[in-house]
Amino acid sequence: MSLLSNISRRSLMVWRRNKDVFFTTWKTNFLPPFFEPILYLVAMGLGFGILIGKVEYEGLFVEYAMFLAPGLVAISSMYSAFFECTYGSYVRMHYQKTFDAIIATPLSIEDVIAGEMLWGATKSFLNSTIVLGVVVIAGLAWFPGMLFVPFIGFLSGLMFASIAMIFTALVPNIDSFNYPFFLLITPMFLFSGTFFPLNVLPEWGQWMAEILPLTHSTRLIRDLSYNLFSWVDVISLLYIVLLTAITFVTAIALMRKRLIK
Amino acid sequence: MKVVVKAENLTKRYDSFTAVNSINFEINEGECFGFLGPNGAGKTTVMKMIYCASPITSGNLFVLGLDVEKKSREIKALIGVAPQENNLDPDFTVLKNLTVYARYFGIEKRVAEKRAMELLEFMQLEEKADVEIPELSGGMKRRLIIARALINDPKILILDEPTTGLDPQARHLIWDKIRELRKFGVTVILTTHYMDEAERLCDRLVIMDQGKIIVEGHPRDLIERHSSKSVLEIIDPSPGVESYLRDSGLIIEKGSDRIYVYADNPQQLLHELNEKFFLQHATIRASTLEDVFLKLTGRGLRD
Repeated sequence: MSLLSNISRRSLMVWRRNKDVFFTTWKTNFLPPFFEPILYLVAMGLGFGILIGKVEYEGLFVEYAMFLAPGLVAISSMYSAFFECTYGSYVRMHYQKTFDAIIATPLSIEDVIAGEMLWGATKSFLNSTIVLGVVVIAGLAWFPGMLFVPFIGFLSGLMFASIAMIFTALVPNIDSFNYPFFLLITPMFLFSGTFFPLNVLPEWGQWMAEILPLTHSTRLIRDLSYNLFSWVDVISLLYIVLLTAITFVTAIALMRKRLIK
Repeated sequence: MKVVVKAENLTKRYDSFTAVNSINFEINEGECFGFLGPNGAGKTTVMKMIYCASPITSGNLFVLGLDVEKKSREIKALIGVAPQENNLDPDFTVLKNLTVYARYFGIEKRVAEKRAMELLEFMQLEEKADVEIPELSGGMKRRLIIARALINDPKILILDEPTTGLDPQARHLIWDKIRELRKFGVTVILTTHYMDEAERLCDRLVIMDQGKIIVEGHPRDLIERHSSKSVLEIIDPSPGVESYLRDSGLIIEKGSDRIYVYADNPQQLLHELNEKFFLQHATIRASTLEDVFLKLTGRGLRD
C-alpha cells in the first residue's frame, strides 16, 4: 500500500521538531499533568470518596480514590493526544504552514502526519506517566503491573492521536473541534469506567460503553494497576491495536487528500 | 548546455479548472529562468509541481533528469524552495529555523550549525541568530526563507515571488544575492509580477496567461519582438488626437487618462502632433518588459 510505503524513518524528524518545541517550554508543560491528578484525587478521591466507601470491581473491594486513580491515568492519555493532534496539529498545518515547509524537503506528507501522531502518542506517554507517578506515590497502584501502564498510555495515545488526526483532516475551521470534544471526548471522559464501575449501568448502557475506546484503555490500565488479568484484557488490547491501525491509516489518507492538491 | 528542468505537455487540472494547460519548457543549468504572468496564470502551480508538492495531472516533468512522479524525495533533496507564503517556524529562533530545517535533509548537526551561520552571514542576518521569528521585519523573513532554501546546498533554487511586498532596499539586497548565487553555478527559477525584477535578473523567461505559455525568450529580445523601441504617452489628450493616431495606422492603446503610442520614431510623431493639436503633457520613454506584458496579457484586472 503506497500510503504506508511513503512513511519512512524521516517521520522521526517531525517528531523531533515537536519534541524540541515542547522541551524549550518544558516547565510549563510538565506542571499541569502533575498537579491536575492531585486535585482530582484530593477532591474526588478523598472528599467525594467519603460518601461512597468501598467500590466493588471484579470481585475486589477498593477505596474510591483507588478506583478513580487508573481512570485519571487513562483520561490523561486520551486528552494529551487528542488535544495535540487536533488543536496542535491544526495550528501547525493551517496557521503556521509548518507542514507545507516540511514537505518541500525530502519528507513526504505521510512522514509528516505519522510523525505528528507519534508525537501525540508520546505526549500521552509523558503525561500519563506523570499521573501514574502521582498515583504510585499516593499508594494507589501496585507493583509489578503498574510498570506496564506507560506502555498502554502510549498505545492508547496513538489511538487517540489517530482519531484526532481524522478530525483535523475533516474540520473546516478550528472552532469545529468543539463537536468531537462535546460529542465524543466528554462522553468518554464520563462513561468509560473512569469515575464509576460500568456494571452499575443497565445492560444496554454497558454495551454502549464497550464501544468507546477509552473504556478499553481504562480497563487495561486499571487491571495492570491492580495486578488483575483476564481474557477481557486481551480483547481490550486487541480492540486498541485494531482501532489504532484502522484510524492511523485513515488519518493519513484523509490528510493526504486535504493537503495534496 | 545541460537541461535541468524539462516539461513536456505539462498539465494540472483541479476538478474542471485547468491551472496549467499543456505547457513545454526547458531550463538550462546555471541560468536564471523567470515565470511571469498575472495572478492566476499558473506560475505558482508550475513551481509546486517542480518541487513535488503538487502532483502533475498529465504530461512529463523531469527535474535534474529525475521524474517528479517517481523520484520526489530525491528531487526534493537536491533543490531549495523559497515559497511565496511565509512558512518559517514561529516556534523557533532564526538560527534554530535553519538547523531544524537541515535535519529534515538528514544533514548532520555540526555541519548544519556551521552552514546555518554561513548562510545567516550571507543574507546579512547574523545579528538576528537568536531572535524569534515574529520580531523580524518582512524583508528579514524573506531573507531567512532564502537562507533556509540554501541549507542543503541546492543545485536549483526556486523563488516564488521573492520580493513581493518589500521595500526598495530589501529588494536590491535580494537581487544582489540572487546574482551572487548564480556566479556559484546555482540555477535559479523565479516567479514575479515585477517586470523590472525579471528584466534585471532573468536570462530567459516565459510569460504565462490562463495556464499557457504565451511567449518565451530573453527580456531584451521580447521587447524588440513584441513592442516598439519607444512608447509615447500622451496624457489628457484632446478629443481629436485618438482618431488622428488611429487614422495614421499607429499601434495605440487607451488608458483612463492617457494614450500609449507604440512608435519607432516618437520624436517626429510628437512634433507632428504638437503642430496639429494642443498637447498638455506627453513623454517619450523606452519600451519595457511591462509594455510587452500588458500588450500580451491585456490591461484588465485579474482578480
